[in-house]
Amino acid sequence: MTAPGLPGLPGLPGLSGVRVRAAGADDAFPGARPRWVALPGSVDEMAAVMRASAAHDLAVVPLGGGTKRLWGGLPARCDVVVGTERLDQVIEHATGDLVVRVQAGVAMEALAEALAAKGQELALDVPVPGTTVGGLLATAIAGPRRFRYGTARDLLIGITVVLSDGTIARAGGKVVKNVAGYDLGKLFTGSYGTLGVIADATFRLQPLPATRAWVTLDLDAQGSPDRLGGLVAAVAASTQEPAAIELDWPGPERGAPSLAVLVEGAAAAERALAVRDLMGAGARVGDEPPPWWGRLPSAGRSGPMGHPGGGLLLEIRAAPSRLPGVVPDIAAAARRTGTEAAVRGSIAAGVLHVAVDGERAVDGERAAEFVTMLRSRIEVARDGGVDGRVVMLTSPEAVPPAAASDPWGQESTRRELLRRELMLRVKERFDPGHRMSPGRFAGGIR
Amino acid sequence: MSTVDRLAARLGELFPADALITDPVRLRTYECDGLTYHRATPGVVVLPESAEQVAAVVKLCDEHGVPFVARGSGTGLSGGALPRTDGVLIVTSRMRRILEIDIPNRRVVAEPGVTNLAITEAVRDQGYYYAPDPSSQQICSIGGNVAENSGGAHCLKYGFTVNHVIAVEIVTPDGEIVTLSEQDPGFDLLGTFIGSEGTLGITTEITVRLSRTPEAVTTLLAAFADIEGGGRAVSAVISAGVVPAAIEMMDALAIEAAEAAVDCRYPAGAGAVLIVELDGPGAEVTHQFAAVERICRDSGAFEIRVAASAEERAAIWKGRKSAFAAVGRISPAYIVQDGVVPRTSLPGVLAGIDRLQEEFGIRVANVFHAGDGNLHPLVLFDDAVPGEGERAEDVSGRILDLCVEHGGSITGEHGVGVDKAKFMPRMFSEDDLDTMQLVRCAFDPRNLSNPGKIFPTPRLCGEVPGVRRGVHPLVESGLAEQF
Ligand SMILES: Cc1cc2nc3c(=O)[nH]c(=O)nc-3n(C[C@H](O)[C@H](O)[C@H](O)COP(=O)(O)OP(=O)(O)OC[C@H]3O[C@@H](n4cnc5c(N)ncnc54)[C@H](O)[C@@H]3O)c2cc1C
Ligand SMILES: Cc1cc2nc3c(=O)[nH]c(=O)nc-3n(C[C@H](O)[C@H](O)[C@H](O)COP(=O)(O)OP(=O)(O)OC[C@H]3O[C@@H](n4cnc5c(N)ncnc54)[C@H](O)[C@@H]3O)c2cc1C
Repeated sequence: MTAPGLPGLPGLPGLSGVRVRAAGADDAFPGARPRWVALPGSVDEMAAVMRASAAHDLAVVPLGGGTKRLWGGLPARCDVVVGTERLDQVIEHATGDLVVRVQAGVAMEALAEALAAKGQELALDVPVPGTTVGGLLATAIAGPRRFRYGTARDLLIGITVVLSDGTIARAGGKVVKNVAGYDLGKLFTGSYGTLGVIADATFRLQPLPATRAWVTLDLDAQGSPDRLGGLVAAVAASTQEPAAIELDWPGPERGAPSLAVLVEGAAAAERALAVRDLMGAGARVGDEPPPWWGRLPSAGRSGPMGHPGGGLLLEIRAAPSRLPGVVPDIAAAARRTGTEAAVRGSIAAGVLHVAVDGERAVDGERAAEFVTMLRSRIEVARDGGVDGRVVMLTSPEAVPPAAASDPWGQESTRRELLRRELMLRVKERFDPGHRMSPGRFAGGIR
Repeated sequence: MSTVDRLAARLGELFPADALITDPVRLRTYECDGLTYHRATPGVVVLPESAEQVAAVVKLCDEHGVPFVARGSGTGLSGGALPRTDGVLIVTSRMRRILEIDIPNRRVVAEPGVTNLAITEAVRDQGYYYAPDPSSQQICSIGGNVAENSGGAHCLKYGFTVNHVIAVEIVTPDGEIVTLSEQDPGFDLLGTFIGSEGTLGITTEITVRLSRTPEAVTTLLAAFADIEGGGRAVSAVISAGVVPAAIEMMDALAIEAAEAAVDCRYPAGAGAVLIVELDGPGAEVTHQFAAVERICRDSGAFEIRVAASAEERAAIWKGRKSAFAAVGRISPAYIVQDGVVPRTSLPGVLAGIDRLQEEFGIRVANVFHAGDGNLHPLVLFDDAVPGEGERAEDVSGRILDLCVEHGGSITGEHGVGVDKAKFMPRMFSEDDLDTMQLVRCAFDPRNLSNPGKIFPTPRLCGEVPGVRRGVHPLVESGLAEQF
């Protein structure tokens, strides 16, 4: 199918030999409809796609599993989608070195399976099915075990990227200890496809824990933030090396909060008992996670968060001791705005996710109000304020621009503006033509 | 009057006399870091006491187009803090305050001149410590650690500086004070900045994450007839699914040096010793320790010692910790090398080092962080023998080639600095290096912040259309619609 007036569809002009198809309605982003979907089968092919796009001043949006097409800002312009579905190979699994190098299109669950066959794992929790390595890195989302192992950037030891002009660049390597050169892997982790396309990544691995045990405790719905804070602090300070400490609260209408702690590795069962004793009456040890474990929260009628049609998903980041006090604020904001909110997250690592039922057109206004209320409470540094951040992970499409226009927060101190200025300069250097996922990123980076 | 002299005169107006060094003799104190064979006398030295003062110096440098170099404790081993004769050396030794201890959030906020160990000492009584532990931890500064992304013997389990720093306050090369924090949305500028060796700006405040003091620590010393036996044990420990806090190895020559220097009394006749330390919950350590001990025996250890007390642990570590300095006892001069190989390539690389020793008639003592493949070969030579220094340097460089050939790195913790810039092209392509320098151009388009380090050839940044240098006019006017 060749669309009239467009040069050479379905082939990208100036590109041959790489699989390209004409984009259809399913490939569209709200407000931006690509013309081509390119599916390179190698890093060289990816570079060729990028060179051709550069030659014709085409805007490019990378795509992995497509589970988070609507995360971040929406692309303002998109001519070419560069999909990584054909880059689905594990390049090298050096078992003796506990290192794996994978192409960006490898699905996280497939990777986990391949590694588990050799008794190893990437200590990032396996996200929703379909998530690719590239998509996970680009969104820098992390699961419960961030408390013990950090996030993707902490486990990434090497990366290959393709820049908007087709330059192929590598940084890091395949050894766990390495300080040669700038760490471009860190820069690209969480860059939402705005600096270039991630072609492959190398991670350090861990031995698969011999055993796992979860300690769970249902909290009283009226439980005070102090009680929650005390529990979290006690477990976090425990010498039993818990791997994760998670809070789940389905929302005022839907149940009481609960706390779950993961203990893994040698003698996990014994250590879990010690954690249970710390948590007091009502705490139970089991060898299965609670059903919500490692999943983002969802609220009300919205489907799985972040999918088209889903509601609003926020990430709250603050010093761990401040988070218990924020939970009642979330409840209050939900009541005031007549929305439903669900909370879940790695409370001891300073991160909570909040899902707000704000089914687009219908509840957008209220969702925006919700965000504004939370920000006025959380993003305050003065006078012992929480000094945290409220980041909108899902598309702000659901939210009218006026109230909560910036998905990344409203801080406007001089320092914050200077930091954004630095980010702008980085973006400008990597993508001077503003062709990589324009509009996707923080602070109006084009 | 040179530009740097003019700048020194301006500094004289801003700083009290005792915060400024211009006397040629005193300037010489700062002419090198821990790598003494690169030397240059700084144009002027400033000893600021606050971020604002650092910013004022950097602003002046920016105005005058004068390069500046940051210096912490000067223990760096890659010439990273090598000053510029035409530039300013900014020394953080007067920024030594711990600003905040926040145990509930497991954090400490410190000025850059605070030593690594001082952080741990400040929180030890409360059951916490700062995990990255470079052997130089009594002296080296936390600002230097951030610049080098320093590691230590225990980074096998706990990671490096970058995994433990939550936020830094920096002075950008155009003299602005900016905070880069883990919790900020947007690009991970914090992670990108750490390990940039002072080339993206100067750190003026660091927030680190603390770790809980482990419930149990067990240290074992195993002696093997040869290095192969030790190597086998390392591989077997890792394959058994154990992640020790540290696994260190020394070869016969390194042991000989340590015995001569500190009388560490390692088992006689050992061709290699392995130190394995396990820490964590008591139940876990007990469980894993049994496995490690068995593995060492199965791999041919002829003697195993287990530390039963803190004193015995210190005795085991004594030889290892003294190793660098100790080789001074068996050789008039030496080069400390720092390379990394995939752990499974250790035997091949060690065999390669043996061949180099024979070919060049140069002795190499091997000390390494065996768990993560980080080698510290100590290349011994006699500087009184003409040509031997050059041969030693040749051997040292070839060891790096071996590392790169085996898929490793030219530095695991000491950094590139001025010393290894020329080796970067062996590991990275021109495109790789140019791409890294895009970051440099974003932060420091005029190449004033520690120039000449890391990259063999500076990339000319040029002006990218649409990018303004310095503060954005919108920022200046307080309007932020653009954001
Ligand atoms: C532990 C855990 C639990 C999770 N739970 C849930 C859950 O319950 N529900 C849920 O909906 N999500 C969940 N997620 C989040 C979800 O899995 C991700 O955000 C995922 O990272 C998106 O991957 P994708 O391949 O689908 O990316 P895509 O949706 O294809 O892309 C996401 C973004 O990354 C960019 N991108 C993709 N590939 C590349 C590349 N190669 N180079 C550069 N940029 C690229 C895209 O342009 C886009 O901006 C969870 C994640 C984790 C880690
Ligand atoms: C005996 C010995 C043992 C060692 N062991 C280890 C080890 O086990 N692991 C390890 O990783 N390293 C080790 N080192 C190397 C060294 O101690 C580290 O690199 C350390 O982090 C340097 O800190 P410093 O304060 O001495 O920095 P300096 O040597 O003063 O400077 C090092 C670099 O950091 C920059 N810098 C310093 N302060 C700042 C600042 N505030 N802002 C921006 N840039 C700055 C300098 O410009 C320079 O590039 C060892 C060194 C010695 C002498």
